[in-house]
Amino acid sequence: MRTEFEITDGPLDVAGVVGRVADTAAGAIAVFAGTTRKSFEGKAVRHLEYEAYAVLAERTLEEIGTEIALKWPQTIGLAIAHRLGTVDVGEVSVLVAVSAPHRREAFAACEYGIDRLKAVLPVWKKEVFVDGGVWKENPEWERERGGEPP
Amino acid sequence: MSALSGVTVLLFGPAREAVGCSRTVMELSTPVTAAQVVDALSAAYPNLAPLLGRSRLVVNQRYVDSDASIGPEDEVAIIPPVSGG
Repeated sequence: MRTEFEITDGPLDVAGVVGRVADTAAGAIAVFAGTTRKSFEGKAVRHLEYEAYAVLAERTLEEIGTEIALKWPQTIGLAIAHRLGTVDVGEVSVLVAVSAPHRREAFAACEYGIDRLKAVLPVWKKEVFVDGGVWKENPEWERERGGEPP
Repeated sequence: MSALSGVTVLLFGPAREAVGCSRTVMELSTPVTAAQVVDALSAAYPNLAPLLGRSRLVVNQRYVDSDASIGPEDEVAIIPPVSGG
């Protein structure tokens, strides 16, 4: 399985990650794009701010890749990109792309990738409102297990 | 023999904001346990204390339990509840 991971301050490009996993042996490419919502509990979100423990985040992405390769050995390509810094409403903050011979494993591996990322990736998001901000907490976060796979 | 040394602690997201900086150096008698580092942080930064109880500890980029031993060369990081994606 080919893997490409990117943690960047710049905008994310859906076509870019599709290109990274494209392969003539693939019959399917599944892509998940996480985008920033305009409101939280009725309050207008101005923008979001992301920060990461970059070294650990890169290692964690590698671990997610290893898990996917074990669970779906047919996977051909995996690309994950996460944006940091200020992300405006409506913009893409995360991308997960998986190529595989058939769609079912591509969908499954892609969903697993975003679920694991939300549970273990050391990245923090602050929703900024006109009158302050709040640090978010993913309900998936695995406090007891940390970076360990289930 | 234990000696007083500086243990570097990295802070991210809500932990960074509670303390007001992204790293702090705690003068501690090493080796110390992870739990003792957390206690020292709680005492030094009362704003951080509520969050510490819900955070995990990483030493040299590996998650550790509260009884892990930490020396002067180790890099400690507080990992509050994550919110990537």
